[in-house]
Amino acid sequence: MADRPAPVPAFKVLQIALGVALLCALLVSFTAVSLRPYYQANLEAERMARLGSILDALQQVTVSKPEDIEARVVNLEDGAYSEVIDPDQYDARREASDPGKSVAIPPELDLPGIKRRAKHAVVYLLRDADGRLDVIILPVRGVGYQSALYGYLALANDANEILALKFYQQGETPGLGSQILNPGWEAQWSGKLAFDVTGEVSIQFDAISGATRTSIGVDRLIRFWLGDFGFGPYLKRVREGGA
Amino acid sequence: MANKYWDTLTRPLLDDNPVTLQILGICSALAVTTSLDTALVMTVAVTCVLALSAVAVSLIRNHIPHSIRIIVQITIIASLVIIVDLVLKAFFFEIGQRLSVFVGLIVTNCIVLGRAEGFAMRNSVAASFFDGIGNGLGYGLILMLVGAIREFFGRGSLFGKQILIPVTQGGGFEPLHIMLLPPSAFFIIAGIIWFIRRKRPQQVEKPEFQHGGEES
Repeated sequence: MADRPAPVPAFKVLQIALGVALLCALLVSFTAVSLRPYYQANLEAERMARLGSILDALQQVTVSKPEDIEARVVNLEDGAYSEVIDPDQYDARREASDPGKSVAIPPELDLPGIKRRAKHAVVYLLRDADGRLDVIILPVRGVGYQSALYGYLALANDANEILALKFYQQGETPGLGSQILNPGWEAQWSGKLAFDVTGEVSIQFDAISGATRTSIGVDRLIRFWLGDFGFGPYLKRVREGGA
Repeated sequence: MANKYWDTLTRPLLDDNPVTLQILGICSALAVTTSLDTALVMTVAVTCVLALSAVAVSLIRNHIPHSIRIIVQITIIASLVIIVDLVLKAFFFEIGQRLSVFVGLIVTNCIVLGRAEGFAMRNSVAASFFDGIGNGLGYGLILMLVGAIREFFGRGSLFGKQILIPVTQGGGFEPLHIMLLPPSAFFIIAGIIWFIRRKRPQQVEKPEFQHGGEES
């Protein structure tokens, strides 16, 4: 090129490179930190909206009203309700990264690849007009193809029949993995039984073509959360009438 | 002087349009134009990135060593795109979700790097700013046009407002489903390019190779 300037000394090149990188990093970090509360609020609104939509979906199978929803904290280890923790204040996602309040999942049990889980979880319950347990809504999470999946799994009062599965946060490939939000795909969950006659978790569902890893991720996270290291002890208690 | 800036601002709208003349930024033009509101948000996002990156690159243009100029430009552009993405996530959550990966992909939009390297590196800050805005608007003009055509014929609505009532809801409008699929954007953009070049034949490119009559 005709207008090619004279070579610049190496230290000057480094200076400019470092300067630009630092300045950009500062700007991005500052924006990320200052906008985080807004983003969190949006995510929370999205979570509530998905919880609302799971309730809408349940309207067809239950007589319970969404406003009667009851949040309870469950101790995942023995499956008993915890009376000391306020479900409104409990943030399982934050606790999961706090070594004091979470447990490491043994690698052979860690199907969803989440490494740690909180010691407690917030479940949502719907009761019928006579106050009997009608629907149990469990929070589930795992790793799909390239993002963390967060959702709710609704079970009938026999703690076996699946009523609905809805994800409220995911970052899977648009058009492929993100089909887990497609109402047509979601609809297949209604009526499936989670456990076989021997009491083992046994789920089968249509995978999404072109999104094998996402489908495997969904399969694993459901197996995990229904299993012994997830809500297994709690669901056992529900079946025995102890919850 | 003001006249020169006006020229820099308006030339990319039609005479030097980044999409129809330079054929840049086509991928995102296919992806985000199924409806007008996503096209509008994308236009604003790209215009912001273009203008700000042009200003930033122009500010330090005399200090950027020739050997690392592209990576410096990309660093600046990528940072701005992350910031735009964060702003969308914070304040326009729902529409940001629908634009999904395409906001992040502004980094690879050839228009942005093209203007930084081709214009901002050798022009003043003010001129670069207007050039960025102009190119953003030129890109946006095509995006909005394609978005309007696709949403109107594909869904019978504009900006989500139903204008024609589809057959399924008792009206007389049969939605053209192909309008919502990516190929339709190709057809529409090609149509727009043909129309502009028909009106302005000086935009037609000279063939690079002609099967000449003399040699054969």
